[in-house]
Amino acid sequence: MGIVSPGFRRRRHDADVQLPPGQYLTEDFPVLSAGPTPNISLDRWEFTIASETGQEYRWTWDELLELPAEEPTVDIHCVTKWSKLATTWRGVSLDLLMEDVDTTADYALAHCYGGYTTNLPLEDLLDGRAWVVYEFDGSELAPQHGGPARLLVPHLYFWKSAKWVRGLQLMEFDEPGFWEGVGYHNYGDPWREQRYAGD
Amino acid sequence: MNARLEWRVATLVGIRSETATARTLLLDVPGWPGHVPGQHVDVRLTDEDGYSTQRSYSLAAPADGDRVELTIQRVNGGEVSEYLTDTFAVGDPVELRGPVGGWFVWHPSRTVPALLVAGGSGIVPLMAMVRARREARSRAPFRLIHSVRSPSDQFYASELRRAARDDGGLDIVTLFTRSAPAGSVRPPRRVGPADLELYGWPPQFEPTCFVCGPTGFVEKVANTLVGLGHDPRRIRTERFGPTGD
Repeated sequence: MGIVSPGFRRRRHDADVQLPPGQYLTEDFPVLSAGPTPNISLDRWEFTIASETGQEYRWTWDELLELPAEEPTVDIHCVTKWSKLATTWRGVSLDLLMEDVDTTADYALAHCYGGYTTNLPLEDLLDGRAWVVYEFDGSELAPQHGGPARLLVPHLYFWKSAKWVRGLQLMEFDEPGFWEGVGYHNYGDPWREQRYAGD
Repeated sequence: MNARLEWRVATLVGIRSETATARTLLLDVPGWPGHVPGQHVDVRLTDEDGYSTQRSYSLAAPADGDRVELTIQRVNGGEVSEYLTDTFAVGDPVELRGPVGGWFVWHPSRTVPALLVAGGSGIVPLMAMVRARREARSRAPFRLIHSVRSPSDQFYASELRRAARDDGGLDIVTLFTRSAPAGSVRPPRRVGPADLELYGWPPQFEPTCFVCGPTGFVEKVANTLVGLGHDPRRIRTERFGPTGD
């Protein structure tokens, strides 16, 4: 525990829920991104998984929508300190997208329309822990929140849930993504408060 | 391998009032490692029962040795911003760690034109860039467009007037969205394409654009800049709330 701030009184009472350290609850859905929101045409949208041998697996927008969907309800935690509970999404599990992918890679780099990237261990994208989602709260995913589709990896800080995702590059060796290359933590577990490099 | 950013105990040594609801905190942070304009710090408050909470705030000026400046806009109902703007007094300690952030930053060695577009309290990290530019005697071409609701909502008003007069190569325009000073030619309205075209740089000059403010403002300005022909890769954004604070 830190030093006491003279005259500071707790005013928020998020006590009945357990939040990761340093987080507070919000009911809004704040937007954070490093640049402009890209304008993506669904006609040309595609999601690609490229294995470490260069083999590519592709889905068009229509093909993605035809896959069996899941509706995860999850808590999300942003590194800028807000947490939002019980958010509901609709999309396709990465387990399903990875089903036929032939790989021994340990890492993935997510690539996005607009140029954003983020890296994750491949195992964090599997076992029912990650999705490519295209609906939030019953409506199509708004562009500023990552629409038409974003990654959803709720057990890590939300910058890992890459907006405007267009593919995964599978790799034998880890490589930092956008925020990971400018001082943010490589893994980003909110429960261990891994905000910045060295945490 | 980076060393962990450690929590430091800072002491409030001075306060400057900016508006009725915002103030600048001058903090003494022993051992401060220095920072680049645009970076922020995390502030942690703890009460007597051990409850602790954190928020991020932009650094408002280049470091002066161990001295750093934060400008805090009070948010109604925000337990941290209300404490920092109402209760926190000279001599009080506060924990902070940083600096954080390596993207929304301007290095004083850069010489390409920069366009800074601020909405409301989004001026804070951009002011750090303007101040660092002056301190470094940089002649990088700078244009600052500051959108505020009314004259009484302007941060750093007199310093910006002086900077517009004295800092060579820096153009500053303040645009009002709700009420403009008497005699203004431009009626109060939101920043639009005509403003960004008139007061910004042409895309062919390939400026780096820094846009900071509330989400709706940043969305609109960044999209407009793209529409005017600016390369999205040269537009850097930082958004404030609404975050429930």
